[in-house]
Amino acid sequence: MISTTHHDTDKKTDNGCLQLSDEILSALAKFQQIELEDFELDAKELEILFTPSMVAQILPKLKLPTTPTAGSKPSSLLSTNFQLPIEKYPNKISAVKLGATKSEGGTRGKTFTIGGELSPAFYTFENTIPHKPIVTLDVFDMEVPLSKAVKMHVKDVIGDPAAWAKLAVEKFGADMVTMHLISVDPLLKDATPKDACQTIEKVLQAVDVPLIIGGCGDPVKDTALFEEVCEQFPGERFLISSVTLDMEVERCAKFIKKAGNAVLAFTPMDLNFARELNRRLYDNLAHEDIIMDLTTAALGYGLDYAFTNMERARIAGLMGDQELAHPMSSGTTNAWAAREAWLKMTADWEPRELRGPLWEVTTALTLLLAGVDLFMMMHPAAVKTLKDVTNYLTSGKKADPAKFADWVKVKA
Amino acid sequence: MAEKKKGGLKELSPITIYKNLPKTNCKDCGQDNCMAFATKIVNREIDLDTCKPLLKPEYTKSYTILKDLLKPAVKEITLGTGDKAKKIGGKLVMYRHEFTYKNPTAIAIDVTDEMPEHEIIRRVQKTENFSYEYIGNTLKLDLIAVRSTSDDADKFKACVKKVSETTQLPLILVTLNPAIAEAGLMIIPKSRPLIYAATTTNWKDMAELAIMYDAPLVASAPNDLNALVSLAKTLQDYGVKDIVLDPGTFANDGLADTLNNFTMLRRAATKGGDELAGLPLLGVPMVAWANKGDMADDLVKWRESYIASMLITRFADIIILHNNDGWSLLPTVVLRQNIYTDPRKPVAVAPGLKVFGTPDENSPVMFTSNFALTYYTVASDIESSKTNAYLIVVDAEGAAIDSGVAGRKLTAEKIADAIKASGIENKVKHRKIISPGKASRISGEIEELSGWKVLVGPRDSSEIPKYIVDKWQP
Repeated sequence: MISTTHHDTDKKTDNGCLQLSDEILSALAKFQQIELEDFELDAKELEILFTPSMVAQILPKLKLPTTPTAGSKPSSLLSTNFQLPIEKYPNKISAVKLGATKSEGGTRGKTFTIGGELSPAFYTFENTIPHKPIVTLDVFDMEVPLSKAVKMHVKDVIGDPAAWAKLAVEKFGADMVTMHLISVDPLLKDATPKDACQTIEKVLQAVDVPLIIGGCGDPVKDTALFEEVCEQFPGERFLISSVTLDMEVERCAKFIKKAGNAVLAFTPMDLNFARELNRRLYDNLAHEDIIMDLTTAALGYGLDYAFTNMERARIAGLMGDQELAHPMSSGTTNAWAAREAWLKMTADWEPRELRGPLWEVTTALTLLLAGVDLFMMMHPAAVKTLKDVTNYLTSGKKADPAKFADWVKVKA
Repeated sequence: MAEKKKGGLKELSPITIYKNLPKTNCKDCGQDNCMAFATKIVNREIDLDTCKPLLKPEYTKSYTILKDLLKPAVKEITLGTGDKAKKIGGKLVMYRHEFTYKNPTAIAIDVTDEMPEHEIIRRVQKTENFSYEYIGNTLKLDLIAVRSTSDDADKFKACVKKVSETTQLPLILVTLNPAIAEAGLMIIPKSRPLIYAATTTNWKDMAELAIMYDAPLVASAPNDLNALVSLAKTLQDYGVKDIVLDPGTFANDGLADTLNNFTMLRRAATKGGDELAGLPLLGVPMVAWANKGDMADDLVKWRESYIASMLITRFADIIILHNNDGWSLLPTVVLRQNIYTDPRKPVAVAPGLKVFGTPDENSPVMFTSNFALTYYTVASDIESSKTNAYLIVVDAEGAAIDSGVAGRKLTAEKIADAIKASGIENKVKHRKIISPGKASRISGEIEELSGWKVLVGPRDSSEIPKYIVDKWQP
């Protein structure tokens, strides 16, 4: 209950209506009943007029006293149901299989299928996840600049791709291995495609997981490299990484199809380029042969663009844009391009040995929630967390509400 | 997906707004006319109250209509009072490509009433002083969560008192015991702390406190959305004005339910116009510390950090953390900044010649890409070292150096053209240009096309000052 000591009618407006002051309105909303003391009103005819807008202002908080005000406050918990916001989508994301076993014409001990989603990423209240996202670790065929936090884990195997691949699979839990054949770069070693195929042969002997074959970034040399790879290793169902708009797209698509491989379609952060490249690939390749790489930028260095680009692509794909309804791959290793991932900073921000891999995993998990199906990663700890989280998200196990409130009193 | 949206941006046209404006064309709002004002309103670039005539009594009806049209799908709530008060919620959309997210996720760090006093002060000061400079923004933390682990009213009072004397940051009072919550509120009766939490069992007492102290209140119902909206509805009808929803945060196997709950609530609010779901969402990554077993602390911090990041991506408006180490907070605050940037802003800066300090004819010349983040990073490294230099910003279509070179957005031709167009040849006597280390692959081509000698500089711009001191010779 509040008291007011208004002696005036200063809120009287031109048309003679009494305007309730803001204070009284808010008091009404709060206390639902006001007793005016020492209140005089000089008027021949008193009419309290609630304009519809005033009522609308008060109503959400105040039941006008048709019943006694005390009764308008609930005395026990009301019961209302949450309407599950389930959507239906006209399309689904294509599923792409990688790797081939002996009986399928390859030499791999295991294969993976990715994609096939029916809903945005991990909207498991709507649909289950048909295929778990997977992780491939980078292996290089020559020395490359690596940050300290990464290098310490692989320093013994640099220069030996087969040993590096084995370490990635057996020790770091990689689902697949990406063999980056950068030595063929005309501006680096200018190795021949045949040399590169020998490296692939060694890696195929060392591990039994499916392989991604990475080029050097030179459009002409990569075309020659991929053509040789497709001729020498038909039936392995490699993922060829990557075909770009400035390559001979149709020629590449033909030899990739002939060898039964899959392709990574790489475009620089623009969905129109992604659509265009896919359209050109469709002449020779099926939807089930194409994975998109829409470009990954590091946390702090454009991750927002990468995230939104991928989220839009996934939603568009589900809504019926067939040209974007492909599984997505992310070069999550790019997280290490952020200086905060590797730079020695002041003591407040150390140790960088933890900050760096956390940078990579934060980049990965953000893109996991945008819909990425295949992660190209670097640091073993980041890989482990990404795999743990995808396992949690697909386990089908429920949260235990009884345990939640423990945090309130935990003595950490 | 349904495009039906409350206050939906797509259906809201400037005409709809204009119809309800006073149409005085008075220009008091700073716009040329009412139509221009209406356009700014639709783009959320100006506040409705800037229209002074609209605030007159005769326009009350129009004002109410406009307010309703512009009402965000998620209610905006203010925590605390004064300069450091924190607004949360106010979201218009579900996805950031639809419209810039408003009110970045508020981050709270906890203290407990059983910590020694010096520890409380140290933690509060560390939270208040947390600061990271990132492309022209200072990244900060926002609130202190005071937890009662003792369940002792006197201890809680002492702790709240100490915290409120140490900082102006808004507080969250964390206890499920209304008597303890009241003890805390009595210490700071006018500060509008967020009260955590009303549950299906204590709700009436907590609601009374929220009303008495005019404080916002969390409704908490772990992993039970029916109970959560029932609780919110009850509190609302009881008279609680500002309600925050806590659907529960669960680590490990509970993560799937956690993300689903946040996602369903936000979709119901933004796409379905569900007003009970349209309240700010609270996440508690610090659940990682409950049931941690014998896990090493660094691993718990790591887990808490990644849960925080996932919740920032998945719609949390406020989160409570325990760990305050820089290495694990940095990814979280940078991600928050990223997710809450304007998706319409250009990624690139204008190409051309930039001058640092007072360079002369012997000063170093460098080039970089016009990708905004690359440019600002390089520029801040040159500036902070007070190096006198020229920097040629090449139009790489907004790509970073490495991806620009790989994707042929940053080519030797473009660099040679940029050198020519910059007029640098008339400013320096030498013909040497420092290339970013990550563009070393194309240095030979640049030399061929431009006739300038290319010196391959460091791979990271933080080493530019040292490089120039050690290596630069005109």
